[in-house]
Amino acid sequence: MHGQPRKPARIEDAAVSTAKAEALRNLQTQFIHNHRNQIYTDEAIEVSAKLLEVNPEIYTAWNYRKLAVQNRLGSVAVPEAIKAVLDEELRVAEVALKQNPKAYGAWHHRKWVLKKGHSSIDRELRLLGLLLKLDGRNFHGWNHMRFIYGLKNVSEEEELKFSTDKIYSNFSNYSAWHNRSVILFKLLKEKAVQKEVLSEEYEFIHNAIFTDPDDQSGWFYHRWLLNQTITPENVLLIGSWPINGSELVLSTDRNNIGCTPVFLTSHHLKYVLHTGSLPIILYFSQPLKGLNSSTVTVESILGTNGHLDWRPVSMNNSGESHSWMTYVEIPDLGSHDAKQTFTVNFGNSEGIISTNCSSCIYPFQFQFTVDWSYTGSEWTERNVGAEVVDWKDENFNSDTLPHDLSDVLISLDQLRISKDNEATFSKWHLDTLSNEIDLFRDLSSDGSCKIANLTLARLLIAKDMVSHGFPVTGKRIHSQEVLDLFDGLMKMDPPHSQYYKDEHSLVLMDQITSDKEKLRKLCTHYRMPSSSSHAQYVCLQLNRLSLSRIGFFERLLWVQMLDLSHNEVRSIEGLEAMQLLCCLNLSNNKIRSFSALGPLRLIKSLRVLDISNNEIGAHSTDSTRYTWPSPLSHNTEEYMKDVEQTAHWEAILLFKGLILTQLDVKGNAIADESLQALLPRVLPTLKWLDRVEL
Amino acid sequence: MKLEEEKHVQYILSVEKRSNDLESLVMDHLKLSGAYWGLTTLHLLGRLSSVDQDRIIDWVLKCQHESGGFAGNVGHDPHILHTLSAVQVLALFDRMDVLDVDKLCSCILLYVGSSSDVAGLQNEDGSFSGDMWGEIDTRFSYCSICCLALLHRLDEINIEKAVSYIVSCKNLDGGFGCTPGAESHAGQIFCCVGALAITGCLSYIDKDLLGWWLCERQVKSGGLNGRPEKLPDVCYSWWVLSSLIMIDRVDWIDKNKLSQFILECQDTENGGISDRPDDAVDVYHTYFGIAGLSHLEYPGLKAIDPAYALPVEVVDRIFIGK
Ligand SMILES: [Zn+2]
Repeated sequence: MHGQPRKPARIEDAAVSTAKAEALRNLQTQFIHNHRNQIYTDEAIEVSAKLLEVNPEIYTAWNYRKLAVQNRLGSVAVPEAIKAVLDEELRVAEVALKQNPKAYGAWHHRKWVLKKGHSSIDRELRLLGLLLKLDGRNFHGWNHMRFIYGLKNVSEEEELKFSTDKIYSNFSNYSAWHNRSVILFKLLKEKAVQKEVLSEEYEFIHNAIFTDPDDQSGWFYHRWLLNQTITPENVLLIGSWPINGSELVLSTDRNNIGCTPVFLTSHHLKYVLHTGSLPIILYFSQPLKGLNSSTVTVESILGTNGHLDWRPVSMNNSGESHSWMTYVEIPDLGSHDAKQTFTVNFGNSEGIISTNCSSCIYPFQFQFTVDWSYTGSEWTERNVGAEVVDWKDENFNSDTLPHDLSDVLISLDQLRISKDNEATFSKWHLDTLSNEIDLFRDLSSDGSCKIANLTLARLLIAKDMVSHGFPVTGKRIHSQEVLDLFDGLMKMDPPHSQYYKDEHSLVLMDQITSDKEKLRKLCTHYRMPSSSSHAQYVCLQLNRLSLSRIGFFERLLWVQMLDLSHNEVRSIEGLEAMQLLCCLNLSNNKIRSFSALGPLRLIKSLRVLDISNNEIGAHSTDSTRYTWPSPLSHNTEEYMKDVEQTAHWEAILLFKGLILTQLDVKGNAIADESLQALLPRVLPTLKWLDRVEL
Repeated sequence: MKLEEEKHVQYILSVEKRSNDLESLVMDHLKLSGAYWGLTTLHLLGRLSSVDQDRIIDWVLKCQHESGGFAGNVGHDPHILHTLSAVQVLALFDRMDVLDVDKLCSCILLYVGSSSDVAGLQNEDGSFSGDMWGEIDTRFSYCSICCLALLHRLDEINIEKAVSYIVSCKNLDGGFGCTPGAESHAGQIFCCVGALAITGCLSYIDKDLLGWWLCERQVKSGGLNGRPEKLPDVCYSWWVLSSLIMIDRVDWIDKNKLSQFILECQDTENGGISDRPDDAVDVYHTYFGIAGLSHLEYPGLKAIDPAYALPVEVVDRIFIGK
């Protein structure tokens, strides 16, 4: 019941109500009787009409009338008679819609009648025009309009004109703007007119936003236009490991089950690979599916690797993923040069599909070299797993880090692998954005207009991206202004402050990861308390940055040790792309459930994990219950085959299949004795639980 | 304000008992859905045992048609909306064993090129009809998918097509409508997000875009509306909140203000919750109010699952078996 005032029962109301109830009960009883016995006399049909007049939502009565119509049409052949039967149905539906313009059954009944093709479409359009004049937001009416236009084969131009007229008569009509976007979506597919159409639409939407900035009707349309303006037409490669042009120093240690971080001797970054194979990770601007050994090949002096198994780094049932990886078998080194060149060749994009992008991806190629001369022997005895990793500040030192971390950090430039893999933006893009920025800066000048500030922030982010091209990155000129805007929004609009806070965090992440200097400053050496000085991990320290959200993982694929502690992180969605990650500190954040840690299930290189002092188990509502596959989301086979049925099934689902040697969970509501007892069973490789040696 | 648990229990029980006043007659054709709303509310309040379980189950089974589907009440026609309600009610009582699952599923499943003269509800394009009369709506996609999943029969429909139809209903604002091209609406968004959650396909959603649209449903009073520039309404505490939870963006609204709004919609004298403060209460809004408060972790309420719209303990019992 909607919009009915709550009122005390008065005696006279009760009398009226009883009389009405009596009448309704009689009608219902008669109707059910007629329906059950398939009685389609005039009187019987009239009962259903009366019933629907009182309550248009009785769906069975609409069904009954359809049966009655079929029954009658069986006995008439004259077109006029058929039309008369059907017109009567339109009349009953019209009466019902006057009583309740949102009655689904009445709308569907009309459609059912109209599809038979005996009714006047022009009359229908006139009626609809009147209805939408009374309530321009009735979505049933708009849906019906699209249905009629379909029946009549109305052109897109005419449909667009209808929405234009509707908008001119009232800028605050979200339904009309929505309908406009549906038509424009089709028109924008024609690339020749794109810029012209978008420019016109920017002009048009300003009417809505500048007439009443607090009215939401134009907000989402503007954001949609902005996305249409800056989203590259093609899917692009925006990250990889190894990176183009890099020279890796690798050692294989097939016997080592410990951690294998990037580490440093004097001034070289070196990797030890424990799996006996070389991972290659690709990261795309849109989720893709269909990568396989015929679409992507890897060539080296040893020939082409013909049977690479490319796997999506994702768990969703769609099969689409931003990130894909494969392992290349490491050759027997005896008879070959220590230094080898590998070429990754993305030659044939047939069969590669992206839901978001119709024109898919251009061929590309990149190279890196691997130097196998390093033996890694001094490392093996001190690998992670041999002793506890301690995240104390004094174990991290930035002074000893060489200034030039180019092997790693150069990746930001090296994405310039081919002209085709770059979104280049024209003067039109820059002019359009500059113009919008000027307008919204004006609108935001009094400091109190929320949408002006938010849109301005989005425009500035877009401008920074467009002026560098994409995925090539560079200094974010506007990021301080954007951060200030989000700070202001948090104060201006407290109910949505967490939204602005999350956006703020992403801008910060973008700023850090797109700027080599900034990134270098956040890298430190981790030195094990007992180890000698010449072998150490490189750790990326994103701790204590007040981050509530993390992102831009495509620029962090090289990271093996990551400190995210003392932030406000609630979700690590996307972190699964960091396939080399080995040590992760998430302590002192706001993780609320084991399911929120779902991405870790895909990071098989992970050995050391600290999730202490979070909020796991402290909340009854779990907003990540459906983010990752589980028995609840139709994905049982692979992940749950032998999961015991226990109260800790989410912990089992998370940790089963991981090879952790060290885990810290204390300081979470869920970390009780039963969990402490369970974890060593689920994680047989575990050596330290909450720093206690097992 | 605080939650008047006892009064709401009494209100639900009184609605369950009466059948002759105008309000219950108007709802007569969807009594099965009404039963689901009322009984779930009682479960969340820890009072499901206050009703006569056997009598209710007998009546539910009387609503089943020979086609396998359930009607909103005895004498009415079967429809997927009520078929889901029937399964949910039996799930609440942990009595799905009384169902002839094959028969029930046969009314939903797609029979492509089969000689069977009983057409299923799934259409060639992946969409679902509500019943034999062919009304198509993403609400019916959700009902069919939810219903089959609860019966462990999801594999028997064409999931890929079902998902791609839902994705084809996605709009510029990241939301979903009832058919392709139809405007986003919070109720419809719940259905589409719920169906994608159950099928493990949430990755098709632009969570940040949809999350922004959804969090902007919160108006000054703290309540949520269902579309831009509309009035707030307690039922959207369910549709919007569940969707925000499923896409992990629920922190983008002010939860305390929303709790306050729902509590202000209580009839503190006679029990029940209405759409807005001081409107007439009904079972539908009472359920969505309490379910919303459960999502907001109101003390003393059992947790509700955002996708299956059943208490978490019921859903876990079905899928985890604990
Ligand atoms: Zn409502």
